[in-house]
Amino acid sequence: MERIIHGIPVVPGAAEGAALVTDEPISFWGGYDQRTGEIIDRRHPLSGQIAAGRVLVVPFTRGSSTSTAILLESVRAGVAPAAIVSREVDTFMALASIVADEMYGKPIPIVALAEADFERIEGGQQVCIEADGRIRLLNRGHPEPVEGPPESQ
Amino acid sequence: MPSLLLLTDYDHACLAGTHGPATQMAMSILVRMLPVYGASSLLDISAAHIDSTVYMGEATMEFAEKLAALGAKVRVPSTLNVSGVDEHGWKEWDVPADHAAKAHRQMMAYQAMGTIPTWTCAPYQTEHRPVLGQQIASGESNAICFFNSVIGARTERYPDLLDICCAITGRAPATGLHLTENRAGNLLLRLERIPRRLQEDDAFYPVLGHLIGRLAPNKIPVIEGLEVTPTEDQHKAVCAGAASSGAVALYHMVGITPEAPTRNAAFQGRAPEQTIVVTLDTLATARAELSTCQGDRLDMVVLGSPHLSVDEFRKLALIVAGRQKHPDVAFLVTCSRAVRDIADSAGLLDAYRAFGGRITVDTCPLTTPMLPGSIKHLMTNSAKYAYYSPGLLNTQIAYGRLEDCVTSAVAGRILRDDTLWNA
Repeated sequence: MERIIHGIPVVPGAAEGAALVTDEPISFWGGYDQRTGEIIDRRHPLSGQIAAGRVLVVPFTRGSSTSTAILLESVRAGVAPAAIVSREVDTFMALASIVADEMYGKPIPIVALAEADFERIEGGQQVCIEADGRIRLLNRGHPEPVEGPPESQ
Repeated sequence: MPSLLLLTDYDHACLAGTHGPATQMAMSILVRMLPVYGASSLLDISAAHIDSTVYMGEATMEFAEKLAALGAKVRVPSTLNVSGVDEHGWKEWDVPADHAAKAHRQMMAYQAMGTIPTWTCAPYQTEHRPVLGQQIASGESNAICFFNSVIGARTERYPDLLDICCAITGRAPATGLHLTENRAGNLLLRLERIPRRLQEDDAFYPVLGHLIGRLAPNKIPVIEGLEVTPTEDQHKAVCAGAASSGAVALYHMVGITPEAPTRNAAFQGRAPEQTIVVTLDTLATARAELSTCQGDRLDMVVLGSPHLSVDEFRKLALIVAGRQKHPDVAFLVTCSRAVRDIADSAGLLDAYRAFGGRITVDTCPLTTPMLPGSIKHLMTNSAKYAYYSPGLLNTQIAYGRLEDCVTSAVAGRILRDDTLWNA
């Protein structure tokens, strides 16, 4: 039983992956390991989770203006989220994605959702992002994602 | 997303490559960002502060070298934030040679663009300081907050990689904090019954900043009820805290900051969306959040995020005079090379060197991998070091006053005086 949410395609693109969901804003600098894709902000509820290849559902970025650089590095290293769904149009994440496109031809699809829609995505749920900002929710999630880290390189 | 763009002839010429390929690339990124900002046009800026200098890896280096190779030159005076390496001092620490070489390549790329090589995260404490109302483009979260709040210059919260695009084109999105109507406060933080003795102490301000970021992660807070006028260094500490625990790019302090002569002016005549009362209890909780240490083990004291000022060196010199740190504890100050040289010529470093302290310039342990793996227990008086060290350096951290940092370094274990925080 598939459900569809309509969002704003901040940086258009298609992607699919398991959702990694948090209500807590994140700083990629100091919060995201650009070599592994692990959330390393030890004060963050997602601390220890691997976001590489996942659809990261996060309200917005906070803190350092270096977050953009970290996200760009993670694209180059192949450990960026498959897509990002935010609650507000977030300029830091959008810029990282646009520069990743200009430099490497690899933008990260980013969709912004209204608050009520943002809360509909559950952790672990398989979601499919369309280029027009539609998000298809493919199955039910589970609040504690259990996927391990991707195979180490 | 709005799609109607109102670009000037100059903007179009940049996009067409008339001003060279680097300006074309910078303008292309800026124009793609306009809808993201909800803006339809760009405005002129007359200065910039570039945080893209921080070396984060191959991608940030490649971005800088690509722009430099395309012949990029900044169009407005542009100061540089910290780099990824202490150019002349990195060999004294554990910086891998490969990191130093690449971070240095990135430094050279940004210098080649005609920038001002200040290499500091406290650019507002240099001679290249903007003025009230000036339109600028700044990266570096604490600098953004200081420029907007304390000086009243106008910048959005620009991310790395976009600040340099603004500097190269001399343009920035006409949106957000560039525009008067978006600079009104929307959240009132009322300080109640905070002892004056605490307000007069430097240790109050990093905690206040941390709390502001927690309570107003993406709002414009108006702080009311301060009985003392903070020094610029104290504002600097507020900015660093508020821009670490939150995304605060502008705060007003009633009767203190330039756009807040009155509460009404700070809110531009509107009513606050919300009022939060801040008590000593709230502050004590915020203070506790800044420390992750268990026990009193101490390996290193680190000061200078943001970079130490000459005044702060003067305070430090008085506190360390005639004392010596414990041999098992390292003591580090980070600052700009200009401030180090001024402090040195003013004789402010003699006592500090005799104490056993060391100095790193151009960068800091959060932006260069300089610390040996044996350093696991840090102490600092900075909310920004306190906030980021556990994640970035994989260390425990204790937050304390400057005096406590020095006393602990002498004793070889963490000692903190809590008197100020008790009612």
